[in-house]
Amino acid sequence: MIETKGILLAGVGGQGVLRASDILCRVFMAAGLDVKKSEVHGMAQRGGCVTSHVRYGEKVHSPLAKKNDIDVLISFEQMDTLRYLDYVKQSGTVIINTEKIYPPAVNLGEAPYPANVEETVRRFFTKVVPVDAAALALRAGNIRAVNTVLLGALSSCLNLSLGLWEKVLQESFPTKLIGANRKAFRLGRGV
Amino acid sequence: MKELMSGNEAIARGAFECGVRFAAGYPGTPSTEIMEAFAKYPEVYAEWSPNEKVAMEVGIGAALAGARAMVVMKHVGVNVAADPLFTASYTGTNGALVIITADDPSLHSSQNEQDNRHYARFAKIPMLEPADSQEVKAFIKLAFDLSERFDTPVFLRSTTRVSHSKSVVNLEKPLDVEDRTAIRFNTEKFVMVPLYARIRRVIIEKRMQDLRAFAETFPENRIEINSPDVGIITSGMSYHYAKDVFPEYSYLKLGMVYPLPAGLIREFAARVRKIYIIEELDTFLEEQIRALGIEVTGKEIFPYTGEFDPGVIERAITGHKVAARTLPEISIPPRPPNLCPGCPHRGLFYVLGKLKVFVTGDIGCSTLSYMKPLEGLHSCICMGASIGMAHGMSKALGKKGKGKIVGVIGDSTFLHSGITPLLDMAYNRSDAVIVISDNRTTAMTGMQEHPATGFTLQGEKTLSVDLAALARTLGIESVRIVDPYDLKAVRTVIKEELARSGPSVVISRRACVLFKREYCAPQKPFRVDPEKCTGCRLCLGLGCPPIAWEKLENEPGGGTKETKGMGRREGVAVIDRNLCTGCGLCAQLCKSGAITEEKE
Repeated sequence: MIETKGILLAGVGGQGVLRASDILCRVFMAAGLDVKKSEVHGMAQRGGCVTSHVRYGEKVHSPLAKKNDIDVLISFEQMDTLRYLDYVKQSGTVIINTEKIYPPAVNLGEAPYPANVEETVRRFFTKVVPVDAAALALRAGNIRAVNTVLLGALSSCLNLSLGLWEKVLQESFPTKLIGANRKAFRLGRGV
Repeated sequence: MKELMSGNEAIARGAFECGVRFAAGYPGTPSTEIMEAFAKYPEVYAEWSPNEKVAMEVGIGAALAGARAMVVMKHVGVNVAADPLFTASYTGTNGALVIITADDPSLHSSQNEQDNRHYARFAKIPMLEPADSQEVKAFIKLAFDLSERFDTPVFLRSTTRVSHSKSVVNLEKPLDVEDRTAIRFNTEKFVMVPLYARIRRVIIEKRMQDLRAFAETFPENRIEINSPDVGIITSGMSYHYAKDVFPEYSYLKLGMVYPLPAGLIREFAARVRKIYIIEELDTFLEEQIRALGIEVTGKEIFPYTGEFDPGVIERAITGHKVAARTLPEISIPPRPPNLCPGCPHRGLFYVLGKLKVFVTGDIGCSTLSYMKPLEGLHSCICMGASIGMAHGMSKALGKKGKGKIVGVIGDSTFLHSGITPLLDMAYNRSDAVIVISDNRTTAMTGMQEHPATGFTLQGEKTLSVDLAALARTLGIESVRIVDPYDLKAVRTVIKEELARSGPSVVISRRACVLFKREYCAPQKPFRVDPEKCTGCRLCLGLGCPPIAWEKLENEPGGGTKETKGMGRREGVAVIDRNLCTGCGLCAQLCKSGAITEEKE
């Protein structure tokens, strides 16, 4: 029996978190695994936090992971990484998009944006992967492909064939966006 | 064929597969995508009704005509639809009627956390509760079969985690649909005057007895015997949470949560030593099972509030806390949902916040205006409440409230349940001002059509009700229309209306910034000239996401900067050009002319 594993994708409304978790689920399905994911719509779309748990294995029951049980956290925003660290296993991997999106309190000058996020995470986890996803997406030719860059970075933590990823990516985007997303994926995978 | 589907998509798919061709609903998280997905199947009729009560009546009518009809709403929608629902339980269905209630434990996107299982018992209607997308698809078919077999409306209850989680579903070939619709007269069954309702009342109790007997053999009430030490009685998503952490225990998984199979529960209780009842929210199962004289452990260890996850269940049963982990103790600023950059609600609520009036708010994106720095909304109860409450406050306050009470409601919400309270205001001569913040769509749930958008759910062109004419017809003499991107105009019009006596309506009209069909192409973004900015923070009062405060720490003078004619300033405003939509509200506020449209 293959043990059930969990990936937590977290970011801000509008960053493509849910689309990324959809693609990820399809990759696991294509690999012949059972998969479930959870997500929260609604209020969260309006600039609030968006999270999606993805769990995969031979037979998955809960689409939600418990704390201390996530194998890979992909944080789409720098400081938001700190919000979800209690979900990550001690041996887990933390992928950090270094992009900053200011919440209202920071915009208003009422609270500082947390400094040294990466260093802080490194004090507690050994596997930390910082990614400048916005720069890589721009290099790939589409600033909106941040989510695909981060999937690329995730792909090097998972034991799944590149062919499987590329096949699912191909099916997930309209023709005119495939080129940039394939490039974004490869750039992320190279991090 | 296998497909990854959300619970909501699976409800639509299951309904389509079992021959349902008729559905009505009103959008509301977490239920919205059910109707959107169903509407896309071939040869179906699907409509957004103006509200859930209407949707329920449309469904009852379709079922009376012999159709298999589905009615879809979120948990609080059932409150709106309760009146027809309770009596449709008496009449039965003729065809079939299944009501989807999508509950929201943890209030991810709702104003309360009500447990709609109580409606099943209250209205004497059976309720099924699936646990994941594959089960959803199977259960919707069972629900329609039950409705036909027992001549009763049937509830299918989902929760946010069932509706909005995705899992693998096996698609099946849709059944061939046999048209069973016809006009059939049956006065004794469908005219619920006391004479006939008393007769139906007795039939309903007989039906409940039959359903209880059926529940004993219903295959989705399933016993899984593993260890005899511990037995868990549960339903819905909680089953999966529990299986995740306690695969070794025995289970009674209830696919039907009302009525309960007393015999099966007793049988299960006899086969295990200790029983836990795992249910989110209220003690619905627990109370009924205790009433059978069975000793169980339930809410004395499990929380009443909030949704569960595997961790909640594990901690409750083992009594262990989460393994102590040293994690960074950094305060992380919260990230609440906010009005979008360019949101047309912003200008309106900025003005209302400054006018120091009491604003009764309503349901929708506009509710977010309660937050700092706008603070332009001071109550929120339910759809339509803004108008009735503004009227009630105004009447109770009398002279003290004159010119101080404003109700704000969205366009979709107004059509949902704002028309009758506005009629009340006209009829009983209120002094409050009602603002319809008309963003031309049902924005919060993701741009659904309504009777003033000009299109139906299935994309057909239709009438677009004229909100101003409607208000006048109801008896509101003063109806004004303003553009919320023009702060001065909004302020002037609202102040004038507050000064008048008698009820008035202001329509604050501009399409939602995310509504592609009507929103105009983006304007050029605005920028702040750092030399001209005095650091007065006035623009920050809009709470617009692209506008940030930047401290001038590195300036000469130790944290402040001298600029000619403006004294010392601690910082300046900056605008993120990638987020700015060019609405220009901030430029209207800036007294030093520092904010201007970017040139090419």
